[in-house]
Amino acid sequence: MKLTGAQALVKSLETAGVEVAFGLPGGAILPVYDPLLESTIRHVLVRHEQGAGHMAEGYAMVTGRPGVAIVTSGPGATNVVTPLANAYMDSTPLVVVTGQVPTRSIGTDAFQECDITGVTMGITKHNWLVKRAEDIPRVVAAAFHVATTGRPGPVLVDVPKDVSQSQTEWYWPESVADLDLPGYQPQVEPDPEAVGAAASLMRSAKRPVLYVGGGVLKARGAAPLRALAERTGFPVVTTLMARGAFPDSHPQCLGMPGMHGNYTAVTAMQQADLLVALGARFDDRVTGRVDAFAPGAKVVHVDIDPAEIHKVRHADVAIAGDCRLAIEALLKALAPDVPGKGSEATGGIEQWWDQLRRWQRHFPLHYDLGEGAAIKPQMVVETLRGLSDDDTVVVAGVGQHQMWTSQYWRFERPDTWVNSGGAGTMGFAVPAAIGAKVGRPEHTVWAVDGDGCFQMTAQELVTAAVERIPVKIAILNNAYLGMVRQWQEMFYEERYSEVYLSQDLPDYVKWAEAMGAVGLRAESPGEVAPAIEKANAVTDRPVVIDFRTDPFEKVFPMVAAGASNDEIVVHPSQLERTRSAAAAGIEEELVG
Amino acid sequence: VNGAQHHILTVLVENKAGVLARVAGLFSRRGYNIFSLAVAPTDDERFSRLTIVVDVESSPLEQIVHQLDKLVNVVTISELAPAGAVQRELLLATVEADPAERSQVLELVDVFGGEVVDVGASRLTVMVAGPPDKLDDFEGLLGAHPLVELQRTGLVALPKLAKASGRAAGRSGVRHSLAG
Repeated sequence: MKLTGAQALVKSLETAGVEVAFGLPGGAILPVYDPLLESTIRHVLVRHEQGAGHMAEGYAMVTGRPGVAIVTSGPGATNVVTPLANAYMDSTPLVVVTGQVPTRSIGTDAFQECDITGVTMGITKHNWLVKRAEDIPRVVAAAFHVATTGRPGPVLVDVPKDVSQSQTEWYWPESVADLDLPGYQPQVEPDPEAVGAAASLMRSAKRPVLYVGGGVLKARGAAPLRALAERTGFPVVTTLMARGAFPDSHPQCLGMPGMHGNYTAVTAMQQADLLVALGARFDDRVTGRVDAFAPGAKVVHVDIDPAEIHKVRHADVAIAGDCRLAIEALLKALAPDVPGKGSEATGGIEQWWDQLRRWQRHFPLHYDLGEGAAIKPQMVVETLRGLSDDDTVVVAGVGQHQMWTSQYWRFERPDTWVNSGGAGTMGFAVPAAIGAKVGRPEHTVWAVDGDGCFQMTAQELVTAAVERIPVKIAILNNAYLGMVRQWQEMFYEERYSEVYLSQDLPDYVKWAEAMGAVGLRAESPGEVAPAIEKANAVTDRPVVIDFRTDPFEKVFPMVAAGASNDEIVVHPSQLERTRSAAAAGIEEELVG
Repeated sequence: VNGAQHHILTVLVENKAGVLARVAGLFSRRGYNIFSLAVAPTDDERFSRLTIVVDVESSPLEQIVHQLDKLVNVVTISELAPAGAVQRELLLATVEADPAERSQVLELVDVFGGEVVDVGASRLTVMVAGPPDKLDDFEGLLGAHPLVELQRTGLVALPKLAKASGRAAGRSGVRHSLAG
């Protein structure tokens, strides 16, 4: 069967199982958009290519399937650079197809030419410039293979216009051997010897912590993780990328560690004698000052990417492989020695649990509701959670609102949390929520966004309105670039430089309405729940709620950048308790 | 290769456009130092071999190897222990050498087993091949004559062959080998 390169490309995407693509056409990609008219693929026409990339990410994060974006050459391609960098940091599988100027024009500074494979070399798992139409099916198949196997990540396929216009014979590679990837063999099976060594460290640990990262979600490992936690009785911390991998309501869940993690999760890691890192990468936001991080802990490190092991922290036992397989292997290795005991601690770590429970009692997550008229942002998140079911997908941008959502949303299920972790991409939430809703139309999707973030990508609500993608956006409108404001307050002597945004400009309600969404506003605590209920009743279009929140609220606890996790700053109302706890020697009680 | 900080990696890569840029880009964005790099096609036209001398002061060798291994176009990586590898490098140098001084240069080249590859009115271009430390010595001694230009190729290396017949033949110099 003779096809044009463009037809072969679309047919390849269909054959690879693509149901939805997010994109925006332009000159160099025009030939590809023609056969899309007859394709089974649903195309979502975005308003800015960055939106296409983040939508593809949101889609991938809730479905586990690769997200697909199609854009044109030059500026179309550079506009997806931020989503590619974001997906690379958070190991999200994406396949981005870019148009390119015709092969004869490459290198001549042609109109809308950009060396996008060169630009994205460092922020994709791999990329391809396709120079012959006959290569298209093989390259597309290879792109999906690379994006979704091993450590997942974004890939880019750059297709010059003359390549999509020329003729080729249709075929589809039958096996991995036909993909021409002689250097790509991800290590998946964990080494049994290393698993045995890990199990023996786990048997003798007195102060263990299961340090769970996003890799567990990527590996579909939530169920075996729960079995491992319950078999061992070990406490579990879930990083920003792993929220939902282990239920927050589970008695062994300590919550999120890190710069804005809760006191118990942070301190448990600091004082642990064993960290079992599962698909986590010792990110600086988790470790604080690395040389002061968990000084007494031995480390078991499970990761699909061997380059992550020993990168930041030396691992006493290194297990390179798939997290799910490794957890299952650990379960098997522990089986004869550690009988299942529900969520009770196994022998030897009761003292540890006593200590953990004391910390939890003394230093729970806390904010002051206050008596004034101001809406507390944490209260909005808690109220929103209370009016949502466990399957609701919650999406965040980057900043204070993201931390409050991670802290106060009670995560119960995997793949219900979508946020920008490693890259910290402001403006992520609106398009990512749209992509998530496309991937999980049966679930409610709420984005909790900041006013700064919202203004970066809000135009995609037009896409959502036109395409009937009913996402809901809760703007925690504190009139500031809040996290920057917090740092300036705490570390720059309250010298507020370029962080004020205004609570009234833009008028978010009118803006929402102009984009075809329902616009609502809540200005006092009493209006919070009714506004959410009103929004939840809207099912046919996007909704935006402008929550006028307290501009001076800060995120606690906090470990300052570059500080040791031992220097965690709790909520001001708990400061007295830290001092008296230190005086009473709670810390010392544990070690003995 | 001199110094404990230097390690020799021989990296088999796919012979495709942009592969060198991927390797070089990886080293620069992760802050790894390349001391020298030589690249050429192998006997199999699908592959090229890079011989990279890395300076591991900046980053542990294991980390460099694992990051390199993540490049899809990298097929295999071997680390060669300096003592277990045959190493060669080529040096070209153009020196000022009046007919009166020429014999001194020629003598030096002869001692180092090199040859004269070009002769001008008052200049000579000479070539010496050998292990890097030998070239260092040559460069030092040549310093007595005004140097116009000097170019070294960077190191290439292969594992030393086993001297006794038997199983490990040919692989004895490979300290660390990874499938791509």
